[in-house]
Amino acid sequence: MREVAIIGVSMIKFGRYPDRKVEELAARAALDALKDAGVEMKQVQALYSGNLYQTSGSGQRILQQMGQTGIPVVNVANACATGSTAFREAYFAVASGAYDIVLAVGSEQMGKQGLLGAPRDPATSIEGRIGSYLMPAVFGMAGMEHMRKYGTTQEQFALASVKNHWHSTMNPLAQYQKETPLDEVMNSRVVAYPNTLLMCCPTGDGAAAAVLCSMEKARQFTTQPIKIAASVLTSDPYTDRDLTLPDINTLTRNAAKQAYEMAGIGPEDLDQVELHDCFATAELLHYENLGLCGEGEAAKHIASGAPWLGNKVPTKYEEDVAPFVDKTYQPKTKAVVNVSGGLLSKGHPLGATGVANIAEIVWHLRGQAGARQVEGAKVGLAHVIGLCSACTIHILQR
Amino acid sequence: MTTEAPPKGELRPIVPYLALGNTRDEDYLFGSRCTNCGTLYVGPRLFCGKCSGEGPFETVRFSKEGEVYVWSIIHQSVPWVKVPYIAAVIDLPEGVSVNANIEGIEPKPENLKFGMKVKMFTEVVSQDADGNQYVGYKFRPA
Ligand SMILES: [Zn+2]
Repeated sequence: MREVAIIGVSMIKFGRYPDRKVEELAARAALDALKDAGVEMKQVQALYSGNLYQTSGSGQRILQQMGQTGIPVVNVANACATGSTAFREAYFAVASGAYDIVLAVGSEQMGKQGLLGAPRDPATSIEGRIGSYLMPAVFGMAGMEHMRKYGTTQEQFALASVKNHWHSTMNPLAQYQKETPLDEVMNSRVVAYPNTLLMCCPTGDGAAAAVLCSMEKARQFTTQPIKIAASVLTSDPYTDRDLTLPDINTLTRNAAKQAYEMAGIGPEDLDQVELHDCFATAELLHYENLGLCGEGEAAKHIASGAPWLGNKVPTKYEEDVAPFVDKTYQPKTKAVVNVSGGLLSKGHPLGATGVANIAEIVWHLRGQAGARQVEGAKVGLAHVIGLCSACTIHILQR
Repeated sequence: MTTEAPPKGELRPIVPYLALGNTRDEDYLFGSRCTNCGTLYVGPRLFCGKCSGEGPFETVRFSKEGEVYVWSIIHQSVPWVKVPYIAAVIDLPEGVSVNANIEGIEPKPENLKFGMKVKMFTEVVSQDADGNQYVGYKFRPA
């Protein structure tokens, strides 16, 4: 396996594009990434396209928009990890030596669809009759498990929303750029306890793309190749309640362990993390799953200021956070978490998310992230999890 | 002219791991134990996801008593479900967990406790266009 670099990235502003076809959104992102890389379409040797709703043909439709060169196309669907799995396939294609330059695109058009995965047949549906299988319930109960183990409170989970919505005000590509102080998060209507509406990611449309190149050829195109130091994909191993309450923790822990080993680093070396905050509860769980803090320390970690831009809770939110601060707690990593605004505010167009996370990290490693730049960022980690269940982790280095 | 009554709908379990008796009191949940590795599953199984064995599986009848592992109060749902309601994961003494609604208490966080004892009951929860009725299971505080 040889070293692989990212030489171009892009994402379109996440939001709603009812007048556009999803392949048009994706083609825009693909062309922008090629431009960013200084690569022409005719130099691209393969396309890896992630789209969850269009399980077949999504990539070919993109090429029909922006470059029918006849190259191999692989279409990927892997729950919320769809885009990051497409990116990982692109990585392996170059790492193996099969290709030198490939393109990974993630896209989705969700429209105004409300509850993800809602069943159609009222008579035989178990939804709402035998518990709930929709994402808000699953991630609500995953948070409740943390509450049961460690006494975490609804307010402590809500801090993730305060932080990520604040971060998104510095990201012009985020679907929402609106600050939400703690009382606003707590007073928004409950969707599935403990998550309120402002603790749930929105649905939306979006696309993102990345150009991958062998490290040996990367310098022909850029002075700032970003190295893919780890690329890991796991599925859920057998654990006791997994088939009843999807276990989002074990496969993330397994992925993190493999990724740190592959990159030869630990969580203390990270400057930045984009993790899968589909719900505010999930963000705190993944602090522990990714080893950013110890077991049961997630609430202390967010209150410490460490995962906020500048490693400090901004003055305007100090009062909100004060009741949860433990002055004896020493964060072991200064990794800023979800500085893009995260899924909670940047948005979560399923297939686009994984590639957009990669783009965000690349911008920081290149020093191109504008007002939200993590100063001196050298190493970043992108984490995505999809239920039934797929987890990807990529570690990128400059 | 026929004197035959129109075919009457059947009574069906809404999940494959609910066995129906002659009365609702006789209904019970069941699972399958892998005789190779001992793993207990909810419902029927052909293969074992833990040991990759092909069984045989022995059927295990679950008791009606359980404990709340975790819960959530759902305020937004599909059109046919009345909100808010309590969705929960219930641990059964046999060593498995099931999803279920909890009824018989107001859906408010202060009314729910981790580990609280609950008891299963069944009732008709829906009916299809052909007149078939579907029986679901639920829990209420013991
Ligand atoms: Zn087995």
